[in-house]
Amino acid sequence: MDAMRLGAIFFSMVLVNNYVLVKFLGICPFLGVSKKLDSSVGMSAAVIFVMIMATAVTWPIDTYILQANDLTYLRTITFILVIASLVQLVEIILKKYIPGLYNSLGVYLPLITTNCAILGVALLNVESGYNFVESIIGSLGAGVGFMLAMVIFTGVRSRVDQAKPPKCFEGLPLTLVAAALVALSFTGFGGIVESIFGAI
Amino acid sequence: MEKKNNKLSLITNGFLKENPVLKLVLGTCPTLAVTSSAFNGFGMGVAATFVLICSNVVISALRKTIPDKVRIPAFITVIAGFVTIVQMLVKAFLPALDTALGVFLPLIVVNCVILGRAEAFASKNPVFDSALDGVGMGLGFTLTLTLMGIFREALGAGSVFGFAVPFFSANPIGFFTSAAGGFFTFGLFMALAVKLEIAQMPKDGCGAGCIGCKMACANAKNEGGNA
Repeated sequence: MDAMRLGAIFFSMVLVNNYVLVKFLGICPFLGVSKKLDSSVGMSAAVIFVMIMATAVTWPIDTYILQANDLTYLRTITFILVIASLVQLVEIILKKYIPGLYNSLGVYLPLITTNCAILGVALLNVESGYNFVESIIGSLGAGVGFMLAMVIFTGVRSRVDQAKPPKCFEGLPLTLVAAALVALSFTGFGGIVESIFGAI
Repeated sequence: MEKKNNKLSLITNGFLKENPVLKLVLGTCPTLAVTSSAFNGFGMGVAATFVLICSNVVISALRKTIPDKVRIPAFITVIAGFVTIVQMLVKAFLPALDTALGVFLPLIVVNCVILGRAEAFASKNPVFDSALDGVGMGLGFTLTLTLMGIFREALGAGSVFGFAVPFFSANPIGFFTSAAGGFFTFGLFMALAVKLEIAQMPKDGCGAGCIGCKMACANAKNEGGNA
């Protein structure tokens, strides 16, 4: 039963409640970094990594410090500061001890300090009352969903860039219309998780 | 007189020429997420405007005190403080708006419009100019969000600010209030803004190519601002 619930959380985060295409979190990197496949995969890997780290740190802080002392109104300010310093810390540690990983993720790390998907996942996890394991699985699902959307969209975009639209649609407007079509395909997943895993 | 014009242009710049959403491509996430109804778009715009003006004033006043190296964390702390104030006010007086905006209310903290203006304008200009810049940018943001909200709500739900629109209330096009409709509407509005600017530009300019490159710059700036 427990595994079922975790599976339901994971797949609903990836497909039904996709962070980019359904919840609109993390649009800036979605539009900015999705031009090449390797950069979109690198960015997504960095996002998955930081999302899990951020949840692992903010969940205990929220539960044992903020909620225990009735300070939940400080949630926003605490979370953003914790996440910003966490990203810096991760960057320093990776640079020193795992240079290989730093070389592939390093350039994307500073970009995601203020990526709203990271703060969003941390806030939504505590607001939906998940326990620690569920929160971690939720963040993993959110990150994987981000990667899925990025990779699919990179493919679409490489085709769209060769099109010749009317002048005023050149560049970003056309990209946004293409994103609308990708998002439309994700609405087809509605209800799929409930029918496989049962209602959460 | 010229000076007065300058001050005025600080405000009017935000409407079309430097519209934060359509031209500078900042703050895209809330734009897409909350504009499914006109009221939500308007509410989000007002909340962000309040934070923008207050944080611009405070950051501009502190611009000589904040050391350059830690300016981004300092800006974020100032902004997060004002966001918390807005959160409390909205929760207390407009609980319906609080539910509708959900997680996007605290997410004003990482709204690139606010951090972007703090970095690009308020940290370099005097207090009064920064306040005007906040007003202008905020109005541009609110205006765009409200218009997009009206467009999506009218077509998708057949109402504007909750009042029924004839014809569309009987035949709503659900696509426009869905997530995909958000991207589509945003694309349309951005194309419209480019079209308006092409119409205003002298013929010998480099035309749409220039706008394309300006947008690429805005994107790059955007990513730089995130760093």
